[in-house]
Amino acid sequence: MSKMNRGKRLVVIGNGMAGARVVEEILKRDAKKFEITMFGAEPYGNYNRILLSNVLNGTETPTDIFINPLSWYEENGITLHAGVKAIEIDREKKVVVGRSLNKNDSPYAAENPPLNGAATVEVPYDSVIIATGSRPFVPPVEGYGGPGAFLFRTLDDCAQIEEYAKGCKKAAVIGGGLLGLEAARGLMTHHVHVTVLEAAPQLMPAQLDAKGGRLLRSAIEAMGIAVFCGKITTRIERENGLIQRLIFKEGEPLETDMVVVSAGIRPVTEIAKASGLTVERGIVCNDQMRTNDPEIFALGECVEHRGQIYGLVGPIWEQAEVLADVMTEADPKAKYTGSKLGTKLKVMGVDLVSMGQTESFDPAGEVVTYREPKRGIYQKLLIRNDKLIGAILLGDVQVGDTLMQTFKEERKVSDNRSELLFGVPEVSSLTDVLEMPDSLQICNCNGVSKGEIRDRIRTENCTSVAQIGKCTKAGTGCGSCKMVIAQLIRAYAGEIVSNPSEHYYVPGVPLEKSELIAAIQEKGLKSVSAIFRKLAGGKEHAESKAGLASLLKSIWNEEYEDERDARFINDRVHANIQRNRTFSVVPRIYGGVTSAEELIRIGTVAKKYKVPMVKITGGQRIDLLGIQKEDLPKVWKELGIPSGHAYTKAVRTVKSCVGTDFCRYGLGDSIRLAQEIERRYQGIESPHKIKMATAGCPRNCSEAYVKDVGVVAIEGGKWEIYVGGAAGGTVRKGDLLCTVDTHEEVLKYVGRFIQYYREHAKYMERTYGFAERIGIGQLKAVLIEDELGICNRLDTSIEASVQSYKDPWREEADLPADPAQFKGPEWIPVLKEAVHHG
Amino acid sequence: MVEKNKLVNRSVNLGSVEKIPLGQGFCFVVGKEEIAVFRPRSGGLFALQNRCPHRNAPLCEGIIDNHHVICPYHARKFEFRTGVGSEKGESVQVYDVCVENGDIVLSKCPDANHVST
Ligand code: SRM
Ligand SMILES: Cc1cc2nc3c(=O)[nH]c(=O)nc-3n(C[C@H](O)[C@H](O)[C@H](O)COP(=O)(O)OP(=O)(O)OC[C@H]3O[C@@H](n4cnc5c(N)ncnc54)[C@H](O)[C@@H]3O)c2cc1C
Ligand code: SF4
Ligand code: FES
Repeated sequence: MSKMNRGKRLVVIGNGMAGARVVEEILKRDAKKFEITMFGAEPYGNYNRILLSNVLNGTETPTDIFINPLSWYEENGITLHAGVKAIEIDREKKVVVGRSLNKNDSPYAAENPPLNGAATVEVPYDSVIIATGSRPFVPPVEGYGGPGAFLFRTLDDCAQIEEYAKGCKKAAVIGGGLLGLEAARGLMTHHVHVTVLEAAPQLMPAQLDAKGGRLLRSAIEAMGIAVFCGKITTRIERENGLIQRLIFKEGEPLETDMVVVSAGIRPVTEIAKASGLTVERGIVCNDQMRTNDPEIFALGECVEHRGQIYGLVGPIWEQAEVLADVMTEADPKAKYTGSKLGTKLKVMGVDLVSMGQTESFDPAGEVVTYREPKRGIYQKLLIRNDKLIGAILLGDVQVGDTLMQTFKEERKVSDNRSELLFGVPEVSSLTDVLEMPDSLQICNCNGVSKGEIRDRIRTENCTSVAQIGKCTKAGTGCGSCKMVIAQLIRAYAGEIVSNPSEHYYVPGVPLEKSELIAAIQEKGLKSVSAIFRKLAGGKEHAESKAGLASLLKSIWNEEYEDERDARFINDRVHANIQRNRTFSVVPRIYGGVTSAEELIRIGTVAKKYKVPMVKITGGQRIDLLGIQKEDLPKVWKELGIPSGHAYTKAVRTVKSCVGTDFCRYGLGDSIRLAQEIERRYQGIESPHKIKMATAGCPRNCSEAYVKDVGVVAIEGGKWEIYVGGAAGGTVRKGDLLCTVDTHEEVLKYVGRFIQYYREHAKYMERTYGFAERIGIGQLKAVLIEDELGICNRLDTSIEASVQSYKDPWREEADLPADPAQFKGPEWIPVLKEAVHHG
Repeated sequence: MVEKNKLVNRSVNLGSVEKIPLGQGFCFVVGKEEIAVFRPRSGGLFALQNRCPHRNAPLCEGIIDNHHVICPYHARKFEFRTGVGSEKGESVQVYDVCVENGDIVLSKCPDANHVST
C-alpha cells in the first residue's frame, strides 16, 4: 500500500494490546486516512499479553501468541519502531521523540536510561495516541531486584522466569490475585515447589468474597501450591547474591530460590506527564478518549476515564472502537461511557468466573447462593431491582457466559432466581446464534466478534474450533466461548468437519473424548461399526478403529460387541507380530516370580515348537520368539499360563524386587504387593500400555519411580504411590500421588488412577504425557481429595472391569473367536489350471 | 491403476468368500504371487499384492476401512482401487476380483512363468 495518498500523520505510542487494536480498528474504517508510525518499547510485533500465562505453563509457545507479526505492519504501510521507547511529545514542535532501548533495559522502567548518545528518532505528528499500558507494582520489599527476582508482564519476563526456574527447587509468588495465581500455576510446570504469599486475608480479594476466597484456596492447595494469606513480605535475603529466603512482617521466614512479584499494576504515565497532559492516577481522558490536548488521545490501561482505571482487555476493545470512530470520523460523536467487568481465572483445573460486586451492602439487595461442597461448587448472585449486579461462580461455570451477558446488558432477571443458575443455558439454539448481531463480541479475551468468526468460516473454510482459534485467536484465552464458536460453525458451515490433528479422540469421529463417551453411552453403541454408522455418517476410518475398540471395551466391559476387524493384528491373535511374520509369546509371570514347574513347561513348549529364541525380557519375564501363527493356540494351551498381554494396550507387567523376603534393606513386601496388583489389574485395556513396579525400599531396584505406576515402601510401614513415570523413549520420574499404609489402599488408589486414565487420556497417550498434561495437583485433587465427587464411581467402574476380565489365551486356545485368523495363506494351484485352460 | 507384474487373461476361483472374515483380509498364494483379498464391511471385494513394498509386511493382516488397508508394521496406507500408497513412490499391484455364486474369482492372474521381485 502506498503511503503517498495518506493524509494525516498519526503516531501511536505503545504497541501492546490497546495500541495495535486501535490501529486495526482505524484501518478497518479507513485505511487511507493516516500515515501511521508506532513506537513499541518491547522488541517485537504485537502479541496477546493475556496468553503469557499459557506460555509460562507451557501450553503455548511465544510464536503462538503473536497477533500481528512484523509483516503485518509492512503490509499495512505502518512504520514500526520496535524496541524504541517514546520519551517525549514535543507539543510545540509537534514531534514525538523516541530512543532505542538496549537489550537489558526494561521496557517499563519509570526512569529512562541516560541518553549517552543513544540513537533517537523524531517523528512529526498531526495526532498522537498514547497506549503505554501499565507496569507491575512492586510493594516496598527490602532487597528487591537482582537475580532471581522477577515481574510477570512481558514475553521477556516469561523467558527469564522459565530459564531461572530450571536451576531452582522452590519459588515464591508475591500476590495472590488473578495474575499471581496464573504465575504460580505456570511455575509448577517447571518442577519447582511454589508458595503464594498474599497480603490480604484471602486470595483474589478484588473478585471474591471471603468464602469464595477460602474455597479457591483449597482448590489451589490441592494442586500442590502452598498458600499463605495475610503475609506481608518485608525483605528478601540473599547469600552470595542468590536469594535464600523471604522475611515477613510476622511469622517464620520462607526458604526460596526465586521470587515473582505480581502485586497489582500501575498506569505508565511518565511521557504524558512530561508532555504536560493531565494525569491523575492515569492519563485523564473524556468520553472520546481525548486528553486535554485535542490532538492527543489515549486508551488502554494507562487511561483514567470517569475516575476509573481498568486492568482487563474488555474495556480496551470498547475504547478502541470509539476512538477509531472518532478519529476516522466514521462516527465523530461516538462515546465511551465505561465498562462493566467480568473475569475468569485461567488456571487449569480451577473454574472461576466473577463479575461486578462481590458483597452486598445494600439492604434492598438480594443475595442468592448455592453450595455443593462435595463437588467444590460455590455460586453467588447479587441482585438489585431485578438486575444482576454481581456474581461469583466457583467450581461450575457453565452459566458464566449467560450471566455475563445478563450482567453487561443489565437485563431484567426472572422472578424465579434459580433459573439464573439452573435454567438451561440459552445460547445453545442455532437460531439464537444466527440472530446475534455481527458486532457482538464472542471471545471477550481476544475481542473477536461474531461477524469476524462467521467470515472466517465462510472465507477460510474454518470447520473446527481450533482452526477458528488459529485464524482469529477466538477461544484461545479462557476458552469459555468455545461452545458458541462451535454453534456458529454448525450454523454457518453445516457441521463440524473432522480434523485429524486436533482434539478428537480418533480422527474418524468428530468428537472429543468426553463427548464421544457421552454419545456412545447415550445411544448405547457397543461396536465399532455402530459408532461409524451413528456418529460418522457411515464412513469407516481404518486409523480410528483400534482406538474406538479400546474405548468401547473400557466403557462396556463384557457387554462390548467385539469385532475382530477393528483390532490391530497383535490384538486379533494375542501375540506380537515380528519382522519375519512370526509371533512372540510372553506368558504372565506375576511380579516376576516363576516356579520350576512353569519353567519346565515353558522349556517343553519351546522345544516342541522349535522356538528359535527364548529370552528374558526387560519386564522380568520370558519371551518365546518366532512362533508360527498357526501354532499360537496350541502353544498357549500347552503352556497353561495366562497371557502376559505383551502385545496390547493394557496393563502389562508389575515388576518387583525381592523386598522383605530376602533383602536386608526391605521395608515392605514388594513381591506380594506386586502379585496382588498384577492379579487384580492384569490385561485391563487402556489408552496405552501400563507398566508397573513395586520396590521394597527407596533404593528402587525394580525401577518403580520410572513406571506408569510405581509403589515404593518407605520407613514406617507405608507405601508411596508414584504415577506418570517413564524410562523408555521418554524418561520421567513419576509424581507422588499419595502415601498409604496398607496393600488394600494401594490397590484402591492404583485402580482409581487407572480408571481415570482410561477415561481421560487420549488414545496412545502414555501416563507420562497424561500426568504432565493434567498435572499432579489436579490428579491429587480428583483422585485423593475427591473434589469432583467421582471417586466412588471410578472405583465401581474399575471393579466392573476387573470382574469381567478373562484370559484371552485360555478363552481362545480351544475355540478361537475367529478361527480364520490363525490360518496361514492358502495355496491356489495355478499352474495346473493354466495347463487345462491353455 | 498400478500394473507392476505381468498378468495373463485367465480367471481363477479362490473358493468361498466366507473364508475371509467380514472387515478383514486373507492371503492366497496364486502361483508364486501372494495376493491379499479384502472384504470391507461396506461390501465389495478388493485384491492387492500381499507384501508391503516398504519392509515386506503381510498386508492381509492390516486394519482396513471401505477404501484402504493400513500396513501392520509401520502403518503405511494403500488404496484398494489404485494400489497407491501413502508414501511417495510406494504402491502395490492391484488385482481384479469379484464374487460369483459366493466364490471369489480373480479375473486376471499373475503369469505363472513370471517371477516377481
Ligand atoms: C520384549 C521386550 C524387549 C526385551 O527383550 O526385553 C520389548 C519389546 C518390544 N517393545 Fe518394549 N519391550 C520390552 C520392555 C520394555 C521396557 C522395559 C519395561 O517394561 O520395564 C520399556 C521401557 C518402559 C516403557 O514402556 O516406557 C519398553 C519401551 C518400549 C517403547 C517405548 C515407549 C515410550 O513411550 O517411551 C516401545 C514403543 C511404543 O510403545 O510405541 C516399545 C515397543 C516394543 C515392541 C512391542 C515393538 C512392537 O510394537 O513390535 C517390541 C516387541 C518386540 C517383539 O517383537 O516382541 N517398548 N519396552 C520387553 C518386553 C517386556 C515384557 O515382559 O513385557
Ligand atoms: C500474564 C497476564 C495475564 C492476563 N490475563 C488477562 C485475562 O485473562 N483477561 C483480561 O482481560 N486481561 C488479562 N490481562 C491484562 C491485559 O493483558 C491488559 O489489560 C492489556 O494487555 C492492556 O493493554 P495495553 O495496551 O493497555 O497495555 P500493554 O499490553 O501493556 O501494552 C503497552 C505497551 O506499550 C509499551 N510502552 C510503554 N511505554 C512506552 C513508551 N513510552 N514508548 C513505547 N512503548 C511503550 C509497553 O512496553 C507495552 O508493550 C493479563 C495480563 C497479564 C500480564
Ligand atoms: S528396543 Fe524395543 S522396540 Fe526397539 S528393537 Fe529393541 S525390542 Fe524392538
Ligand atoms: S512394512 Fe509396511 S509400512 Fe513398513
